[in-house]
Amino acid sequence: MRGLSDPRKARVEALGNWFTYVQDNLEFILEELVNHLQIVAISVGVATVVAVLLGAWAQSRPIVRALALSITGIFLTIPSLALFALFIPLFGIGNRPAIVALVLYGLLPILRNTVTGLDSVSPAVVESARGMGMSPRQQLLKVRLPLAFPVVMAGIRVSTLLIVGLTAIAVLVGGDGLGSFIQDGLTRNGFPNAGNAVVVGVVFTVALGLVLDAVLATVQRVFTPRGLLV
Amino acid sequence: MSPEPKIHLDRVGKTYPGTKIPAVEDLTLDVHEGEILVLVGPSGCGKSTTLRLINRMIEPSNGRILLDGEDVTKVNPDKLRRRIGYVIQQIGLFPHQTIAQNIATVPKMLGWEKERITEQVESLLTTVGLDPDQYRDRFPKELSGGQAQRVGVARALGADPDIMLMDEPFGAIDPITRDRLQNEFLRLQEELHKTIVFVTHDIDEAIKMGDRIAILGDRSTIRQIDTPERILAYPVDDFVDDFIGTGSTIKGLNFLKVSSLKQTDYPSISDADPCATGVAKLDEAGLEWLVLVDAQRRPLRWLHRDELAKSPASYDDLGEDVGDLLNSDDSLFHALELMVQSAAGQSVVVDKHGAFAGVVEMSHLNKAIRRAQYEARLHYEEMEANA
Repeated sequence: MRGLSDPRKARVEALGNWFTYVQDNLEFILEELVNHLQIVAISVGVATVVAVLLGAWAQSRPIVRALALSITGIFLTIPSLALFALFIPLFGIGNRPAIVALVLYGLLPILRNTVTGLDSVSPAVVESARGMGMSPRQQLLKVRLPLAFPVVMAGIRVSTLLIVGLTAIAVLVGGDGLGSFIQDGLTRNGFPNAGNAVVVGVVFTVALGLVLDAVLATVQRVFTPRGLLV
Repeated sequence: MSPEPKIHLDRVGKTYPGTKIPAVEDLTLDVHEGEILVLVGPSGCGKSTTLRLINRMIEPSNGRILLDGEDVTKVNPDKLRRRIGYVIQQIGLFPHQTIAQNIATVPKMLGWEKERITEQVESLLTTVGLDPDQYRDRFPKELSGGQAQRVGVARALGADPDIMLMDEPFGAIDPITRDRLQNEFLRLQEELHKTIVFVTHDIDEAIKMGDRIAILGDRSTIRQIDTPERILAYPVDDFVDDFIGTGSTIKGLNFLKVSSLKQTDYPSISDADPCATGVAKLDEAGLEWLVLVDAQRRPLRWLHRDELAKSPASYDDLGEDVGDLLNSDDSLFHALELMVQSAAGQSVVVDKHGAFAGVVEMSHLNKAIRRAQYEARLHYEEMEANA
């Protein structure tokens, strides 16, 4: 059997090399993975609470609704690096400015889906809820939000993916997370294992995103009321 | 009239912001305990708005709403609505909840105990003709339109309210199912005696469902409010006349009973009697047809004078079918239907033992209608004189 051709051999070697790197640094990788996950969880959690409340409040108020959607849209267009740095004067260095920026990024998808989800609730259902004497709050919590749930959840999933990726930038404002491997690799460009570190950052970030999305998809399915499943 | 109306609207009006012409203008209306009052009128007349003013789904701009004499114009609207059943055309069942949960909505809000709610759900499902074991845990999407509306009614009856507001409840249902639901609902109402305000644009539904009908014109002004019989017998103006449409007199026959006619003797012969007796009887009465009855005087067939004159050996192959027979509590509408099918142009009435009692002919209907019209006119003239 002939040996592998040179470029292929080099690739296989590089792959083996990377796995060795992962094995050697597994402890750090897992630590940063957990840090990354924490930042994501807090940001998504806060973004969800804020966006759902804002959405529920804004949905039936055309002006507030238009404003809220445009402003959260603008957040998304601000270059992430700048937005992260913007909060350093307010929150110092570390995870806090990062989380604030991530929350702002995560608002739009959840807000938009909350509004759309509430829009899609049949007016007859709301009318009958009101007609039976449900207070506006009961209508929201017992009827409108449960019916909007699948759509809201879809928004949360989009935000989660967005935030998982953007969390990698937290390292630039002194935060934790898998971004530290990417930064480490980039600053040591050309030195041994620099490439491996970057790849670790990317691969584990993507993997985390996929796993979280799968988890949320399951949550969505399990908690969607049975009467709404097609 | 009952001493205190269950629902009293006192010059209630609604003007939407930004409009000058009110949607409902100074409406004063009483609904009596246990009656079905139907609000009917052309689309856009404000009948739904009027209905929704009662449970303040729409807040009135002026006037007062009284339930059992209590002014509810300013009470908490959510608490008010929990006391009033509300059924809408689109039903609006909660798709994420089971049928049982849907029906339990108001009892739950009122803090009923769990067992009581379960019992109530069972009993309501049975009341509206759905087997609890089969339907309790279903979701609304698993129901047909007719079943969904039954659940809608059950849900509105959830906490056993005295008052029900129904906005075209059977409007979106196919005619056959609608007819069945209407009949079931009327039967239900005989047991429940709710005070019901019912909105429809369909005059036939109004006639069928209403103890009284309010015919509404623009801005929900009452053009005529009365029992269906009197409205059909005496529409007060052209608007009402146009609205109830052609055939209203004939529809009025639905409210007149065979028993209201004075039965006169009509010639009949038993199958044991000779032909000559029959001919003699017909000659005496100056008629063409007589009724052949059996030994128990049950009507068998119509016999024509010409056939009898030929002195046939037996009656077996003679005559025309008498068709369906009328009882004293059948409506004159039914009598008319049988009459137009009958060879003799008359429908045959039997007593409660099935024995021949007489016939109904066109002139009887004519007299009955004219009497009903006369009485209705008299009623309105008296009202005017008293006013």
